[in-house]
Amino acid sequence: MKHFDVLVIGGGHAGADAAHAAARMGVRTGLITLTRDSIGVMSCNPAIGGLGKGHLVREIDALDGVMGCVADKAGIQFRLLNRRKGPAVQGPRTQADRKIYREEMQQEIELQENLTVIEGEASDFLFAGEAVTGVVLADGSEITSRRTILTTGTFLRGVIHIGDVSRPGGRMGEKPSIRLAERIEQFDLPLGRLKTGTPPRLDGKTIDWSRLEMQAADDEPTLFSFLSKGPSARQISCGITHTNEKTHDLIRENLSRSAMYGGHIDGVGPRYCPSIEDKIVRFSEKDSHQIFLEPESLSDDVIYPNGISTSLPEDVQIEYVRSIEGLEKAKILQPGYAIEYDYVDPRTLDSRLSLRSVTGLYLAGQINGTTGYEEAAAQGLVAGLNAALDVLGRDPVTFSRSNSYIGVMIDDLTTRGVSEPYRMFTSRAEFRLSLRADNADQRLTPIGIEMGCVGEHRRQVFEDKMDRLQSGRVKLEEQTYTPKQLKDIGLDVNQDGSRRSAFQLLSFPEVSFLTLNALDTSFSEIDEEIQEQLEKDALYANYIARQKRDVEQMKRDEAHVIPKDMRYDGIEGLSNELKSKLSNARPENLRQAARIDGMTPAALTLLLAKLRQQARNKSA
Amino acid sequence: MDTIFALSTARGKAGVSIMRISGPAAFEACEAICGDVPSPRIASLRLLKTSDGSALDQALVLTFDEGSSFTGEAIVEFHCHGSVAVTAKLSETLAGLSGLRLAEPGEFTRRALENDCLDLSQVEGLADLIEADTEAQRKQALRVLSGDLGQRVDGWRQSLIRAAALIEVTIDFADEDVPVDVSPEVKSLLNKVKTEIEREIEGFSSAERIRNGFEVAIVGPPNAGKSTLLNYLAGREAAITSRHAGTTRDVIEVRMDLDGLAVTLLDTAGLREAVDEVEAIGIDRARMRAQNADLRLILVEYGQDPELLPRQGDVVRTAKADLLPDVENSVSGLTGAGISELVREISSELSGRAAGGGLAIRERHRDALVRGASAIKISLEMVDDAEANPEFVAEEIRTAVRALDSLIGRVDIENVLDEIFASFCLGK
Repeated sequence: MKHFDVLVIGGGHAGADAAHAAARMGVRTGLITLTRDSIGVMSCNPAIGGLGKGHLVREIDALDGVMGCVADKAGIQFRLLNRRKGPAVQGPRTQADRKIYREEMQQEIELQENLTVIEGEASDFLFAGEAVTGVVLADGSEITSRRTILTTGTFLRGVIHIGDVSRPGGRMGEKPSIRLAERIEQFDLPLGRLKTGTPPRLDGKTIDWSRLEMQAADDEPTLFSFLSKGPSARQISCGITHTNEKTHDLIRENLSRSAMYGGHIDGVGPRYCPSIEDKIVRFSEKDSHQIFLEPESLSDDVIYPNGISTSLPEDVQIEYVRSIEGLEKAKILQPGYAIEYDYVDPRTLDSRLSLRSVTGLYLAGQINGTTGYEEAAAQGLVAGLNAALDVLGRDPVTFSRSNSYIGVMIDDLTTRGVSEPYRMFTSRAEFRLSLRADNADQRLTPIGIEMGCVGEHRRQVFEDKMDRLQSGRVKLEEQTYTPKQLKDIGLDVNQDGSRRSAFQLLSFPEVSFLTLNALDTSFSEIDEEIQEQLEKDALYANYIARQKRDVEQMKRDEAHVIPKDMRYDGIEGLSNELKSKLSNARPENLRQAARIDGMTPAALTLLLAKLRQQARNKSA
Repeated sequence: MDTIFALSTARGKAGVSIMRISGPAAFEACEAICGDVPSPRIASLRLLKTSDGSALDQALVLTFDEGSSFTGEAIVEFHCHGSVAVTAKLSETLAGLSGLRLAEPGEFTRRALENDCLDLSQVEGLADLIEADTEAQRKQALRVLSGDLGQRVDGWRQSLIRAAALIEVTIDFADEDVPVDVSPEVKSLLNKVKTEIEREIEGFSSAERIRNGFEVAIVGPPNAGKSTLLNYLAGREAAITSRHAGTTRDVIEVRMDLDGLAVTLLDTAGLREAVDEVEAIGIDRARMRAQNADLRLILVEYGQDPELLPRQGDVVRTAKADLLPDVENSVSGLTGAGISELVREISSELSGRAAGGGLAIRERHRDALVRGASAIKISLEMVDDAEANPEFVAEEIRTAVRALDSLIGRVDIENVLDEIFASFCLGK
């Protein structure tokens, strides 16, 4: 019988980064997938990154995860979103070649030490009492493991809808794993139902590109990985077209035949990614909607028309697609469809993404109610690292809202749950100004080095950058100037007699290194990469100082850990309502408790008192 | 770690009021206000000064070193005169010092706990107190906020969320079909909220209770002895009295201390069909002032019904007790009969209101509003650049929203996202 320390079920984006992370930690890791070929498949839009999402990829990369490097190799249209806005809200994004992505991901997985790929269908778990201790494959063979991570996306009661035709299925062309799903149902976890949709895929050879507006890649591409130097694939442009009145009329006439509007779908869809039916019904005043025509690969002609996902019948899809400028003769290679699936309420997970009620089992990715490759991979990373730490008998790694988007996401999922497919936005991060894509390495790589998930190469690159950054910063902080000196070079500061350091000057929006060079030409000796980083660090320094108080308060509350078996019944003076809310939510620390609806300062004080008493009793 | 301060004694007039400051900047604050830091645990008399150096009050100052105080932090206590004006001014002065802020409910206790200065039995004893405290505050907040102010705050909340959503949509959905220049709408929303909050702050700062105390109007038919009663209570001939009905024409105000509460007594024209135009004006005024007063002392002739319908808390007495010795609930300004009981009833009613509807919640409200308005002001200064630096504008709006949190309950990002998804067609 085969044995692994950590076993990952599923080779999607969550599974790949989960398995890779566990293996980097040095534990024996197995990855079970139906076929090797399906590792790293992009089932929806072939793009990585974006706002909030790009931040997640940078954070995965900072911990030496795989998504960033693979996306850089597969990137065929790098664009930094919000390029003209501040660095805190810039998000790297790229269109990714579906084929290169898959191949590069498979290679990363193959080459990783301690990581074995097992082809097969996981059909059941092995148990020792209540604890999961491995997996049974469809052929009856058994694989034991100390920790198991389930990353099987939309396989729970997945149903695909094209118009009024529906059939069970995970994603197009894959069979759902029924037995495993039944087993999960026996765990009696709270489930919810979600839906998501895809657009029809078009044949690029049948599109009249000459009539369309084109959007090119950035001249100076911004990549994901802190280790990448430049794109390796050829860069392409995407086309832009629009729906029109005729398209809208066609869709309106056929609404009753749409799976969603025909009453075939109960799941909740994402509001930020509505189907074209939804757009036309809910925003009836708009007579046109934008569509991006995104090539899926350099090696074929499949086009992903981003903006017209649908669950209308195929014949209507053909008609409405052809009503759109440039698509008059377009051929549909694969019709759009909606998929409905169950997700597990992520409030049943702790911050390691381990199920509280089933020992040894972790969940990551779309099964937790999220959407997007990046959200999935980030969860895979969290589950993979923690499963490995658990095997090694070490303390779990907890990401916090103040150090990462990963922390924001895990906290949102495990304390608030989801009501629609959860997607990351920069506006979800209250410490957005300090959680930037440009400083993900500064925030997380030291944690990764200490934990042991960061390889030697990255460690050296990072430490070298930090040394240069530190000496640049010291230089800027040591040099101070009087208001008079500043006035002489045209800087309008308060003539208050107080000296300002060069670093303080950099926090003024209008000041850059060019300005500083007028004060002291030796500033130009700082290399360009470090100059750019110092400008970004300085720009938000004042705000970050102000937020420090909030961060401190939060950390203090997080330091008050609530034991898993905390009994709220025994707390004198707590209302019954709060007792039951706390018992259900099982907050891990005082900050999470404070986020519970209806919590009062008095109740928190009582809780804190109880924690203190227990701590004292333990030490006595 | 912030340094926090709060009045540790009940609000309102008292012999002594204690302002407690706890935290790393407590001694600095002490030095700023009384010139030095008196030796720990030795009561020392000091002159307290405001930030501009003018005298504030003479007070006993007590200091406790870090590690040997209630909270475990450095503590300074000012035992000042129990005057509303003094404590309000002291509070304002402290709030102006850097690193100091008003304590949240239960925060001193919480710090004591966090610093391991209380054991559980002590905390359990305190818990009841805290629960009572926050429950009262919660009810009070609810009461205050269920009225006009609540509706207004709710409106501001909607506007701020809308403004935040407009900015956030340009950030998080930059690659989609959304408006690029949202600043005109954001600006108009922010301006509106700012103006309204500022107006509200002015209203709060001139809160009549603080400056003027409670108004108690004496009303009743002509010649019932209202002015005589007023003079007796005031201890002087403030109003002209005569045997003739309709002697008092205008409203006469007498400020006095009623059992420690600041009270303005109003003597009003007797309520009847006026015999001349001047008296008619006087009677109108009497009715109006009586309506607006905090409490009405209604005198009735023996056996008659009151001229005004008493509201809850109003006090009704039969007039001229000197002429009817055995009537219950009667009073006489001539002999003083029934006066001490009358004063007790009025003061207990008003003290109840002072405790329930007092300064605490308003001060906290005001504090929140001031912080909110100032963040909005900064965001307005930057909004013209919102296209280039939306994250700064968003940050200030977020600060404003958080400042209003204590008034309106938590507003989190989900509200902003709801607004975005309801307003814009997304999904490129």
